[in-house]
Amino acid sequence: MNVKKILEAGEEEKLFLLGNEAAVRGALESGVSVVSTYPGTPSSEIGNVFSKIAKHAGVYFEFSTNEKVAVEVAASAAASNLRSFVFMKHVGLNVAADSFMSTAYLGVNAGMVLLTADDPSMYSSQNEQDNRIYARLAGVPLLEPANPQEVKDFMKEAYGISEALHLPILFRTTTRVSHMRGVVEAGKIVPPKEKGFFNKAPSKYVPVPQNSRRMHKELIEKLEKAEEMANESILNKVFNFGNELAIITSGGAFNYVMDVVNEKKLPVKVLKLGFSYPFPEKLVKDFIKDSGKVFIVEEVEPVMEKEVLALIGREKLPNRVFGKLDGSISRIYEYTPDIVKESILKTLDKKSEKASLSESDLSLPSRPPVLCPGCPHRATYFAVKKAIKELGIDEKDVVFPSDIGCYTLGVQPPYETADFLLSMGASIGAGTGFAHSTTQKVIAFIGDSTFFHAGLPPLVNAVHNKANMIIVVLDNRTTAMTGRQPSPSEPINGMGEVAPEISIADVVKGIGVEFVKTVDPYNLKSTEEAFKEALQRKGLSVIIAKHPCALITDGEKRKRNFWVTFKVNQEKCTRCKVCITDLACPSFFVAEDESVHIDPLICDGCGVCTQVCPEHAIEVRK
Amino acid sequence: MKSEYNIAITGVGGQGILSLAKLIGNAALKEGKNVFMSEIHGLAQRGGAVTSELRIGDVHSPLIEGGEADVIVALEPVEAIRILNKASSKTYFLVNIKPIIPFTVSLGFSKYPDMDSILNILNGFGKSTIAFDAVELAEQAGSAISLNVVMLGALSTVSCIPVSENSILSAMELTFSKETFEVNKRAFDLGKSKALKLTNK
Repeated sequence: MNVKKILEAGEEEKLFLLGNEAAVRGALESGVSVVSTYPGTPSSEIGNVFSKIAKHAGVYFEFSTNEKVAVEVAASAAASNLRSFVFMKHVGLNVAADSFMSTAYLGVNAGMVLLTADDPSMYSSQNEQDNRIYARLAGVPLLEPANPQEVKDFMKEAYGISEALHLPILFRTTTRVSHMRGVVEAGKIVPPKEKGFFNKAPSKYVPVPQNSRRMHKELIEKLEKAEEMANESILNKVFNFGNELAIITSGGAFNYVMDVVNEKKLPVKVLKLGFSYPFPEKLVKDFIKDSGKVFIVEEVEPVMEKEVLALIGREKLPNRVFGKLDGSISRIYEYTPDIVKESILKTLDKKSEKASLSESDLSLPSRPPVLCPGCPHRATYFAVKKAIKELGIDEKDVVFPSDIGCYTLGVQPPYETADFLLSMGASIGAGTGFAHSTTQKVIAFIGDSTFFHAGLPPLVNAVHNKANMIIVVLDNRTTAMTGRQPSPSEPINGMGEVAPEISIADVVKGIGVEFVKTVDPYNLKSTEEAFKEALQRKGLSVIIAKHPCALITDGEKRKRNFWVTFKVNQEKCTRCKVCITDLACPSFFVAEDESVHIDPLICDGCGVCTQVCPEHAIEVRK
Repeated sequence: MKSEYNIAITGVGGQGILSLAKLIGNAALKEGKNVFMSEIHGLAQRGGAVTSELRIGDVHSPLIEGGEADVIVALEPVEAIRILNKASSKTYFLVNIKPIIPFTVSLGFSKYPDMDSILNILNGFGKSTIAFDAVELAEQAGSAISLNVVMLGALSTVSCIPVSENSILSAMELTFSKETFEVNKRAFDLGKSKALKLTNK
C-alpha cells in the first residue's frame, strides 16, 4: 500500500494499517495543523508517513532536533489556536519533560495531543519505563488505545477532551499497539487551518511564581472535571459475562484478556479503560461492587492497581485485589496471550492449561542484530582499534562512552567500542566525567543526529571545563536506526524541502575546539592516522567520521543498477581470518574446509575489506 | 472448529517477512475478514531473527498463543526451530531450506546445525512439512528477493487457509508495480506448483 492512501482514502474505506499509520489518519480526521517529533522506535513510522504527505495535506510537519523542541513547537501552535500533534518514544518524554510539565500549567487553546510509544520488553530501548506515570506527574488526561482502529478513533476523542479541558492529552501506545496492523475504517478528513493567531495573555502563558501558584490550583480543578468526564466516557467500556472476577485492564493488555475470556467463556466481567487518568473512581467502584475478586491486567507498572488499592482502602471496600503487587501476574516485560491466560485461570482457581510447549534440543546459533554490510561505523571502529594497538596502548586504558544509534551495536565483539551508555547525547557528558575522574584515555562516540539532539550542551561543557578526550562524531548523514529520517546535517527537512545544512565541523570549531579533523572512514589509513594524532595530544579533539549510511548508498546503487561485489582469491588467501575476527563484516563466511568466502548476495561492495587483508587476496568479483 | 486462523512467519530481517504478512493481511481485508498482524521494527531488525504473526478471525490480540499456530512459514530453516513453541501436532510447516549463516557462526561463537537434523525435527513434529529451496525458485522467477512470494505460493496450497488465491493475487496487484508483479506472479506460481508436487496433489 502506498502511504499516500492514508491521506487519500475516502470515508468508510477500509485500510490495513499499522497503529502508527492509524495515528496519522486520526490526526488528519481531527484537522491537525502542526505536527512535530523526534524519531524513536516504536513511534517512528508516524513521522515517516507525515514527512511524505504533510505538504499535500496542508499540514506543517517537522523533525525537530529533539523531543523537547518538538513539544515546544506543538505547545505554541496549540496556544495559537491550531490543533497540534507531537509524538515520541517513551524515553523521548524524559527529554521533553521540562516543557511538558509546564504545558499542563499553561494549558491549551486548540487541542494538543502528545503520543508516547512505550516499549515493554525493550525491543529497541534502554528501559521499559511506564509513561502513564507522566500523566500523573504532570496532571494531564491519559488515553490508552488497544488496536489501530482505536488509535484512530481515540485521536479524534483526544482533541475533543483536550479542548473541553484546555489541557494537553497524553496518548499512550505500546510497541504491540504501534506496531500492530489491523483493519481501520477511515472517517472524514477535516482540513487543517493555515495559520492561527496568538492572543497575548501573560497571566495565562508565563508561569512566573505569582502566575504558577494560581495555575496549579486551576490544574487541580481541571483534573476534577476530567475525572467526571472519565467516569462517563465512551472510551471506558464494560463487558459483562458474570461476577466471578472483575478484570480491569487497558491498552494492549486488554486484547489478551478478551481473547482468553471469549475462548474459555469465563464468567467474569471486564472493564477496559481507554480514558484511564484521571482514574474514574466512581465507574470502578460501581464495576467491582458485585465481585469479591478484582484482577488488574496492565503493562508495565502497577499503576491502576495502586489506584484501585487506594480506592478500596479509602472506601473500606471488601474486595481482594490481584495483580503485579501480589505476584499474580508478571511485574516486568510485556504480556503475551500465554501469560495473561495462565494468570487469569489461576486467579479463578481453575486448572492451569499450560501445555508443555514444544522446544527442541537442537542448539541454535544466536542471531543478534549486527551492523549492516558496508556500514561506515564498522570501518571507524576498525581504524580506532588499530590506532590504539599500534601506539601500544592497552585497551583497558581507553574508555569508550557510547550513545544511542546503530553504532551502539559496537558493544558486540570484536569491536567492543561501547563501554558506557546512559541516554541520547550522554557520551560527551559521561566522557567528560571519565576524563576528570580517571587517568584513562577517553574516546566518545556519537552519531550526527544524536549530536544535534543533545550533544551540543555537553560539548560546550567539555570545552569550557577542559576535558581531555576524543569525541568521534559518526556522521552517516541520517538518523539511521529509526528508518533514515533527515538530520540537521543534511540539506533536506521533514517537509521534503531543501533546507540549510548545518556543518558539524563549523559548529565544533565555533564552540572552540582546536583539533577538528573530518575523515572518510572508508579510507582506513587516513582515519587511523587521525586517531593516532588525536591519541597523542592533550586536550579535546573532535574527529568527524563522515560517510553516508550504507542503506543510503545501497539505494543509489540499486537505482543506477551498478553494484560491485568482492570475492576472496583462494590462491592468495592464507586463512588468517583478519577480515572475520577484526573487521567482522557479515558478508564473510567460513566454509567447512576452513576456506574464507564472501557471500555476493550480502556483500555491499564497500571495499573496506580490501584494505584490511594483509595478502591483498580480496578482489572485485567479475 | 476454531473461529480463528493463526499464521507465524519467521526468518531473518531483510528477507521480506513483513511484506509477505502484509500481502496475506490485505487479502483477508479484501474478503471482509478481521485480521491483526504484529511487526518488529528498529533495533530488532538489523539482520536479526524476525517473526511476524498474523491472526485472521474473531480475535483481539495480534500475538499467537503458544502451540496455536496453524501454519509456520520459515524463510530460513533454523528460524523454524526457534519458534517451535508456537507449533503443535496440528501445525503445517513451510520451510525454505536455503540457510543464512549468522555471523556468530563465522566468529566461532556458535554452530549452524546440519540440515538433516533440522528437517528431522520438523518432519516428526507438525501435521506436515513442506521444505524446499525457495531462493532457487525465486531466482528462476527473475529475482532472489521474491523468495517471500515463492513461500506465499506454497502457503496458498495449505488446506483450510482462509484467504483465496484470487484475493492473494489481487493484494499482490495492489502492492507491486506492473513490472515487479510479473516476476512475483511467476514466483508465486513456482512456489505453488512446488508445494503441490511435494504433497502429491
